[in-house]
Amino acid sequence: MRRVLALILAGGHGKRLGVLTEKIAKPAVPFGGKYRLIDFTLSNCVNSGIYHVGVLTQYRPHLLINHIGIGRPWDLDRKKGGLFVLQPYLGGVAGWYKGTADAVYQNIEFVDEVNPERVLILSGDHVYAMDYNDMLDFHILKNAEGTIACMEVPLDEASRFGIMVTDVESRIVDFEEKPAKPRSNLASLGIYVFNWPFLREYLIKDAQDEGSSHDFGKDIIPRMIREGRRIFAFRFNGYWRDVGTIRSYWESNLELTRPLPPLNLYDRHWRFYTQTEEMPPAYCAPESKISNSIISEGCEIHGVVENSVLFQGVHVGEGSVIKNSVVMTGTIIGRNCFIENSIVAERVIIADNVQIGVGEDAPSSLDPEVYTGLITVIGMYSKIPENTRIGKNCVVGVGVTEQDFTSKELPSGGFVLHRE
Amino acid sequence: MRVLGLILAGGHSESLGPLVSKRASAALPVFGKYRAIDFTLSNMVNASIRKVGVLTQYNPRSLMDHLGSGKEWDLDRKNGGLFILQPYVSAEGSYWYKGTADAIFQNMTILRRGEEDYVLIGSGDHIYKIDFTQVFNFHFSTGADITLLVKYLDETYDLTQYGIVQMEGHRIVSIEEKPQHPRGNLAFLGIYFMNKYLLMELLYNYVTKGENDLLNIIVSQLGRLKVHGYVLEGYWRNVKKGIDEYFRINMDALKKEIRDELFYKYGKVYTKLKDLPPPKIGSSAVIKNSIISDGCIVNGHVENSVLFRGVVVKAGAVVENAVVMQDTVIEEGAVVKNAILDKEVLIRQQGRLVGKEKLAVMEKRAVL
Repeated sequence: MRRVLALILAGGHGKRLGVLTEKIAKPAVPFGGKYRLIDFTLSNCVNSGIYHVGVLTQYRPHLLINHIGIGRPWDLDRKKGGLFVLQPYLGGVAGWYKGTADAVYQNIEFVDEVNPERVLILSGDHVYAMDYNDMLDFHILKNAEGTIACMEVPLDEASRFGIMVTDVESRIVDFEEKPAKPRSNLASLGIYVFNWPFLREYLIKDAQDEGSSHDFGKDIIPRMIREGRRIFAFRFNGYWRDVGTIRSYWESNLELTRPLPPLNLYDRHWRFYTQTEEMPPAYCAPESKISNSIISEGCEIHGVVENSVLFQGVHVGEGSVIKNSVVMTGTIIGRNCFIENSIVAERVIIADNVQIGVGEDAPSSLDPEVYTGLITVIGMYSKIPENTRIGKNCVVGVGVTEQDFTSKELPSGGFVLHRE
Repeated sequence: MRVLGLILAGGHSESLGPLVSKRASAALPVFGKYRAIDFTLSNMVNASIRKVGVLTQYNPRSLMDHLGSGKEWDLDRKNGGLFILQPYVSAEGSYWYKGTADAIFQNMTILRRGEEDYVLIGSGDHIYKIDFTQVFNFHFSTGADITLLVKYLDETYDLTQYGIVQMEGHRIVSIEEKPQHPRGNLAFLGIYFMNKYLLMELLYNYVTKGENDLLNIIVSQLGRLKVHGYVLEGYWRNVKKGIDEYFRINMDALKKEIRDELFYKYGKVYTKLKDLPPPKIGSSAVIKNSIISDGCIVNGHVENSVLFRGVVVKAGAVVENAVVMQDTVIEEGAVVKNAILDKEVLIRQQGRLVGKEKLAVMEKRAVL
């Protein structure tokens, strides 16, 4: 029996997801019709036979903790082991988690209590299917102290990742976090295995280092490699995505609607588990037209849905057309609406004759760094009044009401936020 | 007030043919993801009943598998919860249930031991939604000894298959079981509510004398006890009444009013989770007036049909007026019309299954 503890870093804000993470932590962002991002990592753990899981939360944990509960949907409600939510607390070493490494450092007592041989450090905001046993086997075979999962990425994207250089044995000889001029295209996936006593030693060293930002990628791993420790790169060939931006989030969802999607949700031998509301199956009306889409339980479709992902309980009224869009749980779309290239968050109400994602191309006037790719985003709990026309690259904030709209026309690149 | 729920789920119905050769009728799949018993069970837990006994007998495996620990209905409890009551062999002999009264009588312990004051007896075969607390209120406000649920049945029901009730005010004055010439259209629905000690008394009195049917016992008391009828207004159907009825019930879910009533009114319907991904609709798919469940992959033409979880309809296949159960695969170019396909059926390429006046029925794991 392997004594492995998985620690899932789930405190991230996910700033580049804009209004999608205004009220919720990034790992709780909905994905793929019925899931939330953290479901993929949690399911990978239990599918790999790892039933000792700590989830480290920090940013807006309410919905995330509500979602994972006692871990029942993942079979993590156990007598031995199971799921532990690890949040920063007063009276601890230092209060708020300052970085990924600090988050683990502050939970040293918890890990010592579990007393694992190895810890698996994971992120709660990646979408992938991976059997961690392959990586653990590799780690043991190489007699490694630490192993980092990695994959080759296009060279022009390499500076978004931790980039490593390996020798013939796959041992890492150099590691740079988000380098301006990457020396290779072998990128870290933020999935690590460490021998616990080894990691423990480095966490303590790092905590005492005042110059450190207490981050695995920036501080701990470069230090291990500098000091010549046995850190290896495990090449992963499957599907892995960090849906960190509006564009990549939208694309990764839409990829699931392809005839042969890169991530197979339908593999009965590698299921993804989640906590969902109990809803009846989807209903498609006589006048509906659905193609190349994912629709979920509780959906009632009376209109046209094309190349889109509809989450649970979405209603699409007669004469409405949804194209290339992601529509989250419980959103109600009225009659004769047209929605294209958009992300509509949870429990939005869209009245009749609304158009979203239409018109000219224009950069976002709210935040051109975040809102790129001509995708219009509607924040959760918003209400869009009748006959409104919303352009491309627009943002409607969280909880926007009819009164917040000053005009029936929101030109491309524009935004509407809720006034308190 | 504490109420013990009892669900009669031992039933077998010849008229359902191959659909019940391997399962109790209470375990019949309905509406894409449910089993018949989910409705009565959910009605009970939605009325805050915390202890439910399920009386099983005929082919209970799939029913047991479905119910499990009662977790999905929040009935995995330290106090109360779900109890499976099955016939057993003891030192004195073996006891198959001889009737509804006998079945409850043999499980007298659950009545004796519990702290409940009242018993609600339902059937695992019935499809309906109700707020049982309204029945409880009716029972107390009318001063009933026993409350039976009744309903005015329209011409779509075969009245000769039901107990036909005569009422004066709230009071039931006669019940005629399966009459040749029904007097009226008010039928007893097989749902009882009464004081637990009264039930125990009746059982001790009559089952020991050889009367094994609970309704017969109550009919014999109509003069002595105040037996009141609570008239159910909403949808109510019994899946056990034959293949055509089973088919009709599934098709009923394609009507909005019925869907809204069954799935959203008086609380949710709970069922066993399967953790399947949402349905995927391909680019060549055409779906009209149909229910599509999780895990389905549809590339063909589906019309007026109910697809259960994990059904695959490949490109060029046509499915019309059909109930297609879990994990059935309909391959390229196949045609299925006016049919019920049980679980894990395979209709191979270009296969044709078309029911005429009679529905075509394919048994579990059949291949065409």
